[in-house]
Amino acid sequence: MAVTGMQAELTLGPIPFHWSREEKRDFYARIADEAPVATVYLGEVICSKRAPFFETEIPETAERLERGGKRVVLSSLAEVMLTRERKATADLADMDGVEIEINNAAGLLARAGRPHRVGPFMNAYNEDAIAWLARGGATHVCLPAELPGEAIAVAARAAAALGVEVEYQVFGRAPLAVSARCYHARAHGRTKDNCQFVCEEDADGMPLATRDGRPFLRVNGIQTLSESYVCLVGEAGALAKAGVGHLRLMPQAVDMVGVARAFRDCLDGRKDPAEAEAELVGLCPGTRFSNGFYHGVAGYRKIAADAAAMADR
Amino acid sequence: MTQAELVCPAGTPAALRTAVDAGADAVYCGFRNATNARNFPGLNFTPEELAEAVAYAHRGGAKVLLALNTYPPAGKTALWREAAETGARLGVDAFIVADMGVADHVARTHPGTRLHLSVQAAASSPEAIRYYCESFGVRRVVLPRILTIPEIRAIRKEIPCEIETFVFGNHGLMVEGRCSLTNYVTGQSTNMDGVCSPASDVEYVRSADGSMSSCLGGVTIDRFAPDEKAGYPTICKGRYLAPHRAEGYYAFEEPVSLNLARMLPELVAAGVHAFKIEGRQRSKSYVRSVVSAFRRAVDDIRAGVAPDLADLVALTEGQKETQGAFRTKKWR
Repeated sequence: MAVTGMQAELTLGPIPFHWSREEKRDFYARIADEAPVATVYLGEVICSKRAPFFETEIPETAERLERGGKRVVLSSLAEVMLTRERKATADLADMDGVEIEINNAAGLLARAGRPHRVGPFMNAYNEDAIAWLARGGATHVCLPAELPGEAIAVAARAAAALGVEVEYQVFGRAPLAVSARCYHARAHGRTKDNCQFVCEEDADGMPLATRDGRPFLRVNGIQTLSESYVCLVGEAGALAKAGVGHLRLMPQAVDMVGVARAFRDCLDGRKDPAEAEAELVGLCPGTRFSNGFYHGVAGYRKIAADAAAMADR
Repeated sequence: MTQAELVCPAGTPAALRTAVDAGADAVYCGFRNATNARNFPGLNFTPEELAEAVAYAHRGGAKVLLALNTYPPAGKTALWREAAETGARLGVDAFIVADMGVADHVARTHPGTRLHLSVQAAASSPEAIRYYCESFGVRRVVLPRILTIPEIRAIRKEIPCEIETFVFGNHGLMVEGRCSLTNYVTGQSTNMDGVCSPASDVEYVRSADGSMSSCLGGVTIDRFAPDEKAGYPTICKGRYLAPHRAEGYYAFEEPVSLNLARMLPELVAAGVHAFKIEGRQRSKSYVRSVVSAFRRAVDDIRAGVAPDLADLVALTEGQKETQGAFRTKKWR
């Protein structure tokens, strides 16, 4: 079902990076009080070794966010292989009374048909997959970041007919790959088992540049992210119109309250997309924006608003 | 002991015949479109070619496994349904699938045909595998190349289906079915288009100092000194600069091939049902030598004889090879 920009909700995805407990606590306190986001996803999605650092804080953080009027959803791990990962996934999927987002098929087995959300790592690329997932209890699906706008619109229509809510990432580094190997540890001559949490040094991922010096990718433990931030503030209205009712902001090491406000102002018509984007550029100094995936071209590219409008017609 | 079936690549009708003649128990192949993960120019089968291939393989006692292992973007599922319809009509022995929508469609529409779960589904735990078995009746899982042999043995005990593992060929580093690196650079998606580092976007650029850059979509994936052999620009096998690695390093993995020849007996003992040889993009002569060598080794193992692995080991001699994750979890 089409929603207007004003009806579209902003969500805050799970923190992909290994921020310290204090940083996370402060971050969420500010989000709770100031960010115009409707939903916040909590939990470690990338690396099971990091999970213990914040696990005990989650109940209090969730309560804090709920007091700030946010809906809280707990996200599950993207990669599930080791015993502790299998257990964490099963335990989360078995929880009642909380909303959960599942990112691995192992979680679907444990959830056994009870209501849940489907995360971006689950590869819900099309209407048939969404229909299947809906039959298994999915109420809300976050589409893969590389899905182009044309397919998003078809998926959203199909989801609406099933009563399934649709979400798509509109801000932050694009998740490009995950691996069993930790590339952060590798960069420091270590292995995953003796990583000594070196990923903590890179709050916004470890930059990889090409050998001719062009910034290219970011390493985040087992995950590879884009160097550019996806920024679809110019496309947010079209996404809402296509039936994407939830627009996901991925936490980066920038002023995320400011980012959320810029998106909200744009959706509510208080700022036009160009103004909102200019504001976002100011909040993210030194970072290029991209929107290529949405427009069906190389993900790193930034299609200008005029060209984008032409392409959408 | 399990059967230790040899599953061999068939990028073209000629390669398929070669693999069957060399002793493949099964061959895997795909149509000439986005419905499979090796959608490269000049590769794969038309429906007519597949019809002949199925007949040839069946005469030679080999099965044909049809790869439908990409993820249809919304609005384009008809292409995958047609491919399944054609495959079923031509009598393929199994479909290799990854997408839940495709799996559900095939399970309901072609209930008589075996379903294999592609490595592109990235099912790396007993729970994930069981989910696909219980949901779609999957009969075999192709395991991601990230597990050690003890881990494979443990998984085997907890799942109701057969296990197929890669034993030879290209060694992918990212979790298959979860990688958009190629799409980020080229606009063609591995998951949706079946394309990884497409040749159409590759360029080799010689600099004034004699060094050679290998580029994909205009991005420098590696740079080689004048005396170095320039490699193909696969993003996860390139060299990059990081804050602690100013000299340029293989951030993900060196360009190595997987060769588990020495571990075949252990894999059989661990309960692996089928060995997969990667390489639908490879030549006929490559297919012939690799398949023949593995055929002899597997026959020896089946007969309870210690296999002579010298030929297999020699296949990658002089090249960089790895046993990847299978030997030790230090790989991670």
